[in-house]
Amino acid sequence: MNKMIDIKDWYLSNFGEFEKRLNGGKESSIHQIRKDALSNFSKLKFPSLKDEEWKYTSVAPLLKYNFIPSYEKKNISKEIIKSLLFGEMEHSLVVFINGRFSNEHSNLLNLPDGVIVGSIAEEIKKNNEILLKHFGKYADHRNQIFTALSTAYTEDGAFVYVPDGKIVQEPIHIIFITDAGKEKVLTQPRNLFVAGKNSQVTIIEHYVGNKSEIYFTNAVTEIVADENSVLDHIKLQQESKNAFHIARMEVDQERNSNFSSHLISTGADLTRNDFNARFNDEGGECTLNGLYIIDGTQLFDAHTLMDHAKPHCNSHEHYKGILDEQSRGVFNGKVIVRQDAQKTNAFQENNNILLSDQALVNTKPQLEIFADDVKCSHGATIGQMDDEAKFYLKSRGIGEEASKGILLHAFASDVVTSIKIESVRNYIEEIITKKFN
Amino acid sequence: MLEIKNLLAGIEGNEILKGIDLKVNAGEVHAIMGPNGSGKSTLAQVLAGREEYEVISGEVIYNGKNLLDFKTEDRAREGIFLAFQYPVEIPGVSNTNLLKTALNEIRKYHDEEELDTIEFLSLIKEKMKLVELDQKFMSRAVNEGFSGGEKKRNEIFQMAVLQPKLAILDETDSGLDIDALKIVANGVNKLRSKDNATIVVTHYQRLLNYIVPDFVHVLYNGKIVKSGGKELAFKLEELGYDWVKNGKIEEVVNQ
Repeated sequence: MNKMIDIKDWYLSNFGEFEKRLNGGKESSIHQIRKDALSNFSKLKFPSLKDEEWKYTSVAPLLKYNFIPSYEKKNISKEIIKSLLFGEMEHSLVVFINGRFSNEHSNLLNLPDGVIVGSIAEEIKKNNEILLKHFGKYADHRNQIFTALSTAYTEDGAFVYVPDGKIVQEPIHIIFITDAGKEKVLTQPRNLFVAGKNSQVTIIEHYVGNKSEIYFTNAVTEIVADENSVLDHIKLQQESKNAFHIARMEVDQERNSNFSSHLISTGADLTRNDFNARFNDEGGECTLNGLYIIDGTQLFDAHTLMDHAKPHCNSHEHYKGILDEQSRGVFNGKVIVRQDAQKTNAFQENNNILLSDQALVNTKPQLEIFADDVKCSHGATIGQMDDEAKFYLKSRGIGEEASKGILLHAFASDVVTSIKIESVRNYIEEIITKKFN
Repeated sequence: MLEIKNLLAGIEGNEILKGIDLKVNAGEVHAIMGPNGSGKSTLAQVLAGREEYEVISGEVIYNGKNLLDFKTEDRAREGIFLAFQYPVEIPGVSNTNLLKTALNEIRKYHDEEELDTIEFLSLIKEKMKLVELDQKFMSRAVNEGFSGGEKKRNEIFQMAVLQPKLAILDETDSGLDIDALKIVANGVNKLRSKDNATIVVTHYQRLLNYIVPDFVHVLYNGKIVKSGGKELAFKLEELGYDWVKNGKIEEVVNQ
């Protein structure tokens, strides 16, 4: 019964050790934010099924373990990192091992003047102005316990800053790899991506873990898309099947900015992705696509919030799920169109295929419209594989398994094909192929 | 090539085929005609191996093998092709993907080497002409957004590429205007040879003006109630199906 309190105490009591190991990081300007977040963390409760936003997602399994930051430096072979790259794609590579930046594996291409790509720990040390301006501003730690935990334990993560007018041609591939071994490793990547006015950049967040290891990734990503910027974001989640992955992404969009997000996930034991985007000014575009493929007893939960605060913005959201065995999916997508936000176009859809009788999805698309001149639609479907289509393929000589693979590829295709980079698409196709063949 | 002996089959406990006997030799075209609900499509689906249909009793011998022992995909690999009455739309799967996969799975089954892209494309190009389809069509999703005529032409095109030994055309004429009908029929006729056979399932005699059958069978209430030459089809067209239902077949046909 008191387990939840115990585990909170555990995270609170570890803070002293964490602070000690910051190596003078206590003097940085954000340390007060850490301490504030810790105090919020001590006041907040872990969510239970009674919380509307966590109605179908129990965090109880996560609270059974005493996760702890890993202070040992781990080595990962070059071959492993190489296996995570996308074909021949030219890219900048930023690698984090157990939450810590690895200079050895990272490799930055020639970036335009003023562009910063790398470890947020470095920028914290330097009291980078951009960082101080944005850090913690969007992912509020006052009312969300996992964000409070992340903020309190802020140490490392990815930082990308593209100044006004700069275009970063090659994608930035950020790998977060967890090598937990027998340790119950807690990693809390804290990412901040800022795209200045008229800038353009593509960022890939790639989470990877070792098969069947138990660890906890608690990620917070804050994204600022300034006026007329184009920011493409791809998140690949290839965690261990026994891992816990809690992530929050906050996107702040200024006038005429264009942001797109693709989330491709093969789940973990428990996955929760919170995605919140706001249009702060007119003319914004936001694409929000997701694909989750889970089985076993995996639980995948996506909560999205699209806040149309201003007029003349378009959002397009499409999440798709393939669920096998006893896996469970939760999709909760909310679109708010505020009174001011006339001429809004907002589309949202969630489609699911259940491959077994025991798989389950709770889907809840929500629209809250306060403006009167808008175009909005939403919908959700849950179904089985199309037997007619399968028979059609088999009647052409294609085997049972191959037919199934073709149809599931096809189901996933509108999410995958909307990713602009071909080598990333191929990588994802391969994940899907491996999953079904 | 195909011998059906006293075949009884149904779906969800309903017996639809109530004892079918039919023999088809290589080089022949057989038409199966009959009113709606007589079991024409069921027969086509059972031969193609649709799992929902249950074979209650009877035998189907295909090239000396017991066809009913084969899985759907293996029947196709053994050379059976069903042109669907309602071709299925499969969003996200291109025609190229479908045909290349199908062709290579069939080749693999026969221990033949897979076709490379160039060989595949030249085959496709040649066969497309047969049904007057445009190249652009290959990258489109299977049947998605196709007109009725395009769907039926696509079926014949697939047949041309897969080169079956026994083709079963299930109401391939339904919903086609006369131009599309001619294209489809022309495609089928060009594929006819002394080594393969065709079963044309149809409600109307019209198609048989273009695909001339060697034999016509009248299916009613799950049984073949009359077999004859192509003149039987004209009779049916002239008199409609009511006389079949009245059980006065012999009487009427012998007039």
